[in-house]
Formats: sequence, structure tokens, C-alpha cells
Amino acid sequence: MSLCLRVCTAASCRSRGGEDLRQALAAVAGSSTVVKGVGCLGPCSEGPLLELETASGVGHPERQLFGNLPASDPAALAALARSLRACAENPKAPAPWQPPAGQALDLNHPFFRLQRRLVLKHCGRIDPESITEALAAGIYQQLQRVLEANDPAAVIELVRRSGLRGRGGAGYPTGLKWATVAKMPGHEKVVVCNADEGDPGAFMDRTVLEGDPHTLLEGMAIAAHAVGASRGFIYVRAEYPLAIARLRQAIHQAEQQGWLGTAIAGSRFNFEIALRVGAGAYVCGEETALIQSIEGKRGMPRPRPPYPAEQGVFGLPTLINNVETFANVPALLRLGVEAYGGGTKVFSLTGDVLRTGVIEVPMGTNLRTIVETMGGGAPQGRTIKAVQTGGPSGGCVPAQQLDTPVTYESLQALGTIMGSGGMVVMDDTTNMVDIARFFMAFSREESCGKCVPCRAGTVQLDNLLCRILERRANPADLEQLESLCVMVMDTSLCGLGQSAPKPVLSTLRHFRGDYLAMLSPEATP
Amino acid sequence: MSVCTLRIDERDVAIEAGSTLLQAAREAGIAIPTLCVLEGLSPVAACRLCLVEVSGSEKLLPACITPVQEGMQVHTATPRLQEIRRTVIELLFTEGNHVCAICVANGHCELQDLAVEVGMDHSRLPYRFPDRHVDLSHPLFGLDHNRCVLCTRCVRVCDEVEGAHVWDVGWRGEHCRIIAGLDEPWGAVDACTHCGKCVEVCPTGALFHKGDTSEEKHSDPGRLQALVHARHHRQWTP
Repeated sequence: MSLCLRVCTAASCRSRGGEDLRQALAAVAGSSTVVKGVGCLGPCSEGPLLELETASGVGHPERQLFGNLPASDPAALAALARSLRACAENPKAPAPWQPPAGQALDLNHPFFRLQRRLVLKHCGRIDPESITEALAAGIYQQLQRVLEANDPAAVIELVRRSGLRGRGGAGYPTGLKWATVAKMPGHEKVVVCNADEGDPGAFMDRTVLEGDPHTLLEGMAIAAHAVGASRGFIYVRAEYPLAIARLRQAIHQAEQQGWLGTAIAGSRFNFEIALRVGAGAYVCGEETALIQSIEGKRGMPRPRPPYPAEQGVFGLPTLINNVETFANVPALLRLGVEAYGGGTKVFSLTGDVLRTGVIEVPMGTNLRTIVETMGGGAPQGRTIKAVQTGGPSGGCVPAQQLDTPVTYESLQALGTIMGSGGMVVMDDTTNMVDIARFFMAFSREESCGKCVPCRAGTVQLDNLLCRILERRANPADLEQLESLCVMVMDTSLCGLGQSAPKPVLSTLRHFRGDYLAMLSPEATP
Repeated sequence: MSVCTLRIDERDVAIEAGSTLLQAAREAGIAIPTLCVLEGLSPVAACRLCLVEVSGSEKLLPACITPVQEGMQVHTATPRLQEIRRTVIELLFTEGNHVCAICVANGHCELQDLAVEVGMDHSRLPYRFPDRHVDLSHPLFGLDHNRCVLCTRCVRVCDEVEGAHVWDVGWRGEHCRIIAGLDEPWGAVDACTHCGKCVEVCPTGALFHKGDTSEEKHSDPGRLQALVHARHHRQWTP
């Protein structure tokens, strides 16, 4: 009987001592026990997490998940390790080892059962620092297949037929984007992965980068082959040190093993990937600013057209997709269009909800299913008031509309966006003006300052919202808030300014009462 | 050379393909307010004053960089656009400290002219009175950040025409300001050739000749255009 212990060492569990837990267990593991660090196991709120896989040689291996392990308490951690060592030293132990502390999590809970893991298939299963495990799990097989078939047009057609849309927020059809870049004249093209995940409450891309970097590299290589690019960049934010380290390592390993570089897998396809680390500017997630930043310039958006497909990094035709979009590609190629179906969306569920974490659900899942069934709803004694999606570019879905399926169109109809996948649940103690002000302060801070409406408009909007929060505002201020929101939205140069007023407009639409209740009775217009 | 015909504010216009909507409007004698754009410098489409409505497009388009297209129907002065322009000017006035009465550019200021043009007799938004500084370290010129509207004309003229690249934008958002060198006092930047082109293109009194007092600054962007034209066509005699 062999035992495999998977310890989550991604950012959230690591902050609760996941890495200490892994080291303590690895130090005492016997020959029949494997201890490895893996990427995100899902329910971050229950961290640090440990998965036990027992293989008896017959039938499927049995999996058990344990949460809330005592990793931050040295004494409890030592007791945990002693128990594992005692078990490992006794080959006639009646039953496989179980952690004496912590809490067993039910893997049949909807949180796990209702997921469909395409992007996160290997996340939490393999050691993200080992390319051997990645290869054993089948990563890079789709790239090999694509290179053997050597038919870029067929790959683009497959992506187009699948209906895959950009997972970064805007939802642009991926196949169309690829086809446009492929059709651009010129021998030198570039593929860029946008890993500048900056929305407050969003950590899906981080999960992929930390848990399964090789799938991203495979997706990028397939895209590069399809559009005819030989250079790639991953633009990742500096706030993700673990993701950066794992990407560096993965790129190095892939180069060593011939999955990146020249003559990949014996073909004539060359593709190299360079890592670019951001410097703390949210606006660099906007593609034209991102390009400027890669080029070593001040990260400021420029008007489009020309689109990056025409004139991107160093003036070359450039394909830009985000992490999750690229990570979808190997799964899509493996399954084919029919089995892939509507695809999935990865969400980071957070806020006033019992179980937070990273989940991947079929596209079109109800918000209520995600928030109440999977997440367990609001904490005891409270009710859900709204769910915020799309970060500073998105808006709030009120509780009474939770039966909305998660699709690009349905969320847009409610005045919010799919966004990159941050899903922040707010309970009935939340003041929506406060939320709107939080996001406006964020946009004010992150505005690059190039165009007037965003640079000066977000400041005025933020000041107006503060005025309301301080109960110094009158109905005329509210009117001014609304009209300035529309003006900033209509006139700003890039997506940041154009969507900065959305959290205000969305909360005004669904929770106007919160605003009216805060107007000052004394203030004269 | 092909020609596009389009309709701007109910007026038919024929213009070379590749021209911008702004050029087409000016050719037809239709005035669209602008601030950051200046003939002879690369456009940045940052002030958003020249936004126009084009039939068939939901988005407002900046006339300074939008190329003309055959059959386009353009509206440059709808009530919606007028409201936007006034708000842009209000945002600019409230963001800095613009006191016309004591300004070197009073009477010859593009911001002041724009305020009159868009009918901004007062600001509906509160003034922010930011704490900004004045750089008088240069022997010939001064930079008063209070009057700067961040149009970046100075940045572009120094980089693109003079080739010295003394100016840049530092910081971000509301903290943005024009910086000399690596955020040094202007006078300490060796790269500055003392040509004064930045002062000439500055639309307000932010950049000025040290000897000037109120109402005495007369900028002449036409000199820049003459220089760029002469270089481009290699015609140095008028």
C-alpha cells in the first residue's frame, strides 16, 4: 500500500504555513510515502490543505482531503510528523495514515462535485516544480500532436469553432484574434501572455501560474505555432513572487527538455519565452500599456486602432491572451470541440461566503449555485446582498438576480461583466456606497494620468462619493455623480477609465436606496 | 492620391485619403476644440476635447487621430459633445491652480480661449487647489506646475523636434507632473539646449520666459510648424 501526500504550497496555504507542513512531513516520510508540494487544492478558507491518496494496487486510488492542519503551531506540527513517522516505521499498520489533527473535508460536497476542471486539471495534482510530473500527466502532448500535424489553420479553425472567448474580461473571440494575427504579413510575430492579474479579489491566474505553469507554456507554444510567432512574453505582476519563481523554473525546464527554444520536439518550430515582471501598475494589464511596458517604456495606453494584432510589441503583429485563455487551449485540443462544449470559467470566490477558494465551473452555471450551493452562502445569521464580478471594471449583481447564469451576455445585461473571474460576495451588512467608493479610490490611484477624464474625473468622482459617505451630499451631488460617471465612461482613452464608473453606476442601478439613505437631510442644493 | 468625401455637420467635404477628421473639419472651416494636438507633433489623443460622433459608431472618436473614410457622417457639435467639452475644461480648471489675472499667458492662453469657446463661465465641480511648485532653476525660462494641463506638447517637441528629450511625465494619475531629466531642477539638466521650443508650444502659462510678467507671454506654435515643414521639405528659404 502506498501513500501520496499532497500539500498545497500555493500562496494562500503557504501564508498559513503550508510550506512548513510539507517540510515537516517530507522529513519523516518513509519509502512507501511520497510527500509533495502541489498547487492550489481549492477551498482556500480551509487551508492549509493536505490531500491523501492511498493506492492499494487494486481499484482507483482513494483520495481524502484534510483542511485546517496545524501548520503554524510548531508543537502540533511536530506531533503530526511523529504520527506519520510512527505509521511509516510500522509496515503492519492496520490502516493507512490519517492526520491526527485537522478536519476531513467531504469531497462529495458541491464545492468539489459541481466543478469541471479543464484549466485546473493538473493543478493540485502535480508538483508544479517538476517537468517530469508534468510530462507524465500528459502536458506537452497536445503541442507535440500539433507540431506533428503541422497544420496551423486547422488549429485556429478548431479554436474558432469551439467558441472560446478571451478569459481576461472583454471576451473577444479567441479564434478570430488568432486568425487576425496569423493573416498579418511579416515573418516575425509575437505572442504575449497577460498575467498582470490586478483586480482586487481575483486570484485565478495566480492559481494556474503557481499550480501548473507548464500547461500555460504549452498553450502559448500552440498559439505561437498557429499564428506563426517565434517569440513570446509573459507579463506577470511583481506581486506574485511565487508565480514568477515557478514560471522561471518551468521555462528553464522546458528549454532543457526541448519543449521551448529551437526545433521543438524535433520539428522546425522555434519558440522562446521571456518573462517580464511588472512594477505595480494596474493599467499595465491594458494591452497597449502592457506592450509599452514590455518595450521598456512608461506603461501608458495608446488609442486603438492600430490593434496589437497589427502593431504590437516592437511594432510586430502580436497576439495577446490572458493566462486562463492559453491554459484552455491544451484541454480544448485534447477533448475536441464536442466534448469541450461550452467550456468552463475559473472563479476566485471570496468575500462574505463560508467557503472561499478557486473553482472551475461549466460556463453558464448559475451564480446562486456558485455562491450558495458551492460556497455555502453568507456566514451564519446574515444574508447575501450582492455579488461583485469584474473588479473595478465590473459591477454588482443583486441577491434577487442570483439565478442568472454566468455567461458574457447575461452579466452584461445586468450592468456588470464576466471580468477575469474575481467573485466577491457581500452580505447584508455591506454599504454599497462604500463598495463603489473603494473601487473608485482604486481607479483614482491606478489611473495613468494620460487622458483628462480618467486622471481628473476619477478624483472628482472619488471626492463626490466621500462626500456622500460623510453624509454631506445633497440630491444635486448625486445627480452630478451620475452625469460625471457617464462622461468619464464615454470619453476616457482606455478601458480603465471607460469602466472605472461601472461599480458606481451598477450600485446606483441596483442599490439606489443605499445612496439616498446617505444624503444629508440638512444639505441644501 | 485618392480622395475621400464625407459629411461633417451637414457639410460635404472632399479630402485626401489618410487625413484625419480634424484636418477635414478644419479644411471645411469647422472648428473643433483641441488642446493636446499640435500640427508638427505626434498626436496622443489625450485631452479628449476633439471627440466627435460618427454615425454607425457607438463610441465617440477623437478627431485628431481618426482617419477619414468614404461616406462618413460626422457630427462635431451635438449637445452631448458640448456638454462633454465643457466638463473636460472644468476638470482641467479644477485640477490645477489657474488664476488668469496674474498669469503671463492671460489673453493669449489656449485654456482660457477654450473656456470661452465651450461656455464655461463657472465650474460646476469643486476646485481642488493642489499644492504644486514652481521651477525657476533655468537661467532663461520658468515652469509653473500650477498652470500645467499635462498636454505633453513640451515633452513631444523636445523629443521629436529638438531631439533633446529633456521632458517627461513623472508619477501617475493625479500625481502626474512634467519632469525635467530624471526629475531634477530644469536648470540642472545638461541636455537642455535652451532652445525655448517647449515654451513656444505650451498652451498655457506653465512654461514661460523669465522676463515676462502678466499678459506678456505670446506663444507662437506657427514657428514650430514652419520649422517642421522646412525640415520635411528641405526648403529653408520662405
